[in-house]
Amino acid sequence: MTDAPITFATAVRSAPTGAEAAPSPVKLAARNLAFHYGDFTALRDINLDVPQNKVTALIGPSGCGKSTLLRIFNRIYSIYPGQRASGQVLLDGEDVLDPKYPLNRLRSKIGMVFQKPVPFPMSIFDNIAYGIGHYEKLSKADMADRVEAALRQAALWDEVKDKLRQSALGLSGGQQQRLCIARAVALKPQVILFDEPTSALDPIATGKIEQLFAELKQQFTILIVTHNMQQAARCSDFTAFMYLGELIEHGATSTIFTKPTKQQTEDYITGRFG
Amino acid sequence: MPSSNDHIVKSYDTELQRLDGEIQRMGEIAVAQLDAAIDVLQRRDTQAAMRVVANDDAIDKLEQEVSHDVLRLLALRQPMARDLREVYAALRISSDIERIGDYAANVAKRSMVLNQSAPVTVARGLPALARLANNLVTEALAAYRLRDAEKAMHVRGRDAELDAEYTGLFRELLTYMAEDPRQITACTHLLFIAKNIERIGDHATNIAENTWFLVHGELPEGDRAKADLTSSS
Amino acid sequence: MNAMADRLYFRRRLLNAVSLVLSGAATLFGLFWLVWILWVTISKGIDAMSLQLFTEMTPPPGQDTGGLKNAIVGSLMLSSLAVAMGAPVGIAAGTFLSEYARARKIGEVIRFVNDILLSAPSIVLGLFVYTLVVRTTGTFSGYAGSIAMAFIVLPVVVRTTDEMLRLVPSQMREAALSLGIPQWKVTTQILYRAALPGIVTGVLLALARIAGETAPLLFTAFNNQYWSTDMGGAMPNLPVTIFQFAMSPFAYWNQLAWAGAFLITLFVLAVSLLARTLLLRKKTHHD
Repeated sequence: MTDAPITFATAVRSAPTGAEAAPSPVKLAARNLAFHYGDFTALRDINLDVPQNKVTALIGPSGCGKSTLLRIFNRIYSIYPGQRASGQVLLDGEDVLDPKYPLNRLRSKIGMVFQKPVPFPMSIFDNIAYGIGHYEKLSKADMADRVEAALRQAALWDEVKDKLRQSALGLSGGQQQRLCIARAVALKPQVILFDEPTSALDPIATGKIEQLFAELKQQFTILIVTHNMQQAARCSDFTAFMYLGELIEHGATSTIFTKPTKQQTEDYITGRFG
Repeated sequence: MPSSNDHIVKSYDTELQRLDGEIQRMGEIAVAQLDAAIDVLQRRDTQAAMRVVANDDAIDKLEQEVSHDVLRLLALRQPMARDLREVYAALRISSDIERIGDYAANVAKRSMVLNQSAPVTVARGLPALARLANNLVTEALAAYRLRDAEKAMHVRGRDAELDAEYTGLFRELLTYMAEDPRQITACTHLLFIAKNIERIGDHATNIAENTWFLVHGELPEGDRAKADLTSSS
Repeated sequence: MNAMADRLYFRRRLLNAVSLVLSGAATLFGLFWLVWILWVTISKGIDAMSLQLFTEMTPPPGQDTGGLKNAIVGSLMLSSLAVAMGAPVGIAAGTFLSEYARARKIGEVIRFVNDILLSAPSIVLGLFVYTLVVRTTGTFSGYAGSIAMAFIVLPVVVRTTDEMLRLVPSQMREAALSLGIPQWKVTTQILYRAALPGIVTGVLLALARIAGETAPLLFTAFNNQYWSTDMGGAMPNLPVTIFQFAMSPFAYWNQLAWAGAFLITLFVLAVSLLARTLLLRKKTHHD
């Protein structure tokens, strides 16, 4: 007969996961970040640390600004007039929002995967080789190796190795998304941003990509925006909750989902939002 | 922190309330059982004792219902944060109440045996012990019903009192047995009854600690006060 | 309550039937004239259809034999040059509209002006080129004719290119840009490839349009009875040849005119079908 009950809290405390065991260095940080669409302020006063080689998830109700925040990190908003950001985004300590920081260098270090799988209208091989070819001049054999490595990392190699020269548009949705992931990892970035990567996919394809996160984080730092809380709970090490353009709470995923400190966070994750 | 809002999906709230209702009912029956068992001890009424033993079934059935409902909630609702702690606490507390019910029934069973021989004087201390334990259970259940963590902590402190009383009774019985070996059988039964009552107190403390965990998301500070010195002396 | 619902339902069904009949009748009416035109063209033209149409030159009045070789070749040359001049400019302009001026004021203005040019009467264009080129060079020429036709090709290609590029999802642009590819490469290597069937369709449709244009050629390339491949002078071409032959009192010339009309009709049909299959193939290929 035991004297003290083995509650959930003791179970969690006695078996620390990697995330809670030792703190990781900060790879990407937002400092006093604000974002405006014309006159409308979409984000205000965002301070967020994204730890290295971990998966961080951004959750929140629609319109809270999580996708907007994600798109600041690789300055993809810069192609749209009237959208501007203020504050700093530090990648390994350097401010990437500084106009002097070259865009293509930023985008070779921070890659992005979008909600809708968008393979280029080329063969599977060319989809991946295209990005690499822009940065490096490789021999045919080297390029083939790089393409294979990227496809293996995206867990797609076995399914497409016999049809590399076929159009990428013939792949299924889940395969196309993994192709987009392979395209991003082929450039060997340091950070990969995912904007609702599985919302257009069925559960099995979603599962395969969630498995990929666990493998990819060993080499890359991963930041995911998801509207599916269970996905954030399953896949991420850290979670940040946003609401109406502000960062409400940020912490280890297991803490956020068992005892969040802010009422708004708890209301959102228990489905009480009103 | 309890929210002033309901869940967006109303049926979720209904299911949580149903779970809570089942625990309340279990608690009520357990307290009634304990009351009846104390009564049996004092009045030496074998018929009443048999009813207590039979009623334990009701608690067991409710505990099964609670387990079933908890599984359903976990699978279908994926509860998070406070909801998860509520469901988890409900499971643990129902198990504690079920054990309390069992101990109450055991007390009744043993008193049926005791009734067959002459009353033992030292048995006079037992009802008081049992009433103390009953108080603990009632308070712990009230703390749970009100989700009042401070009240729950109070129970935790009072369990030490119960343990001290039990230790005293234990020593008394030992002395009695040593003085008069003809009373050994009766005293042994009394020892078991006393131990059962002490265990009821421990389970009440479990309920209190789970209530604290439900409210705060972590175990209370410090070890619970253990004043049961019978195993160390 | 139910009786009311039934009455309403019956009325709606009646209305539906009446509308169906009326719109069917309207369709048949339109089709009737189309079929009649085609029938007349084919039946009158088929008599003069033979191999000599392609192998022999336009005959002098009164002659019983001859073909349309020089006119066909002339038309092909004029059209090719017109497309070669108009399409690249049109594609470039369409790209500018879609990629760089999509929501800006300048884009709205250019599109508006383009639409005006699109619906400009071709005779006005012909007159314009006459004044600009023919008067200054002092002679009718194939170049002037091609320029006039290029003015017809241009707005069609601008419009189609702009729309086809706009159909490419913005996420594809963003995906390419987020790899660090510069804007111009994204446009030429990714966007054009994605929109290619649509852009080619636009060019083909422009080609089909200018195949039968007569008015601009009247003032610019005029016509030539003889074999000529010199674009610096008056060029033989089908539309004007048909015009001349049809208005003449010579029976054989009339027949040749019908044959020419039939040829043009066939050509436009073929090009339109080609454009359509190209576009359809692109659609089925995606899913």
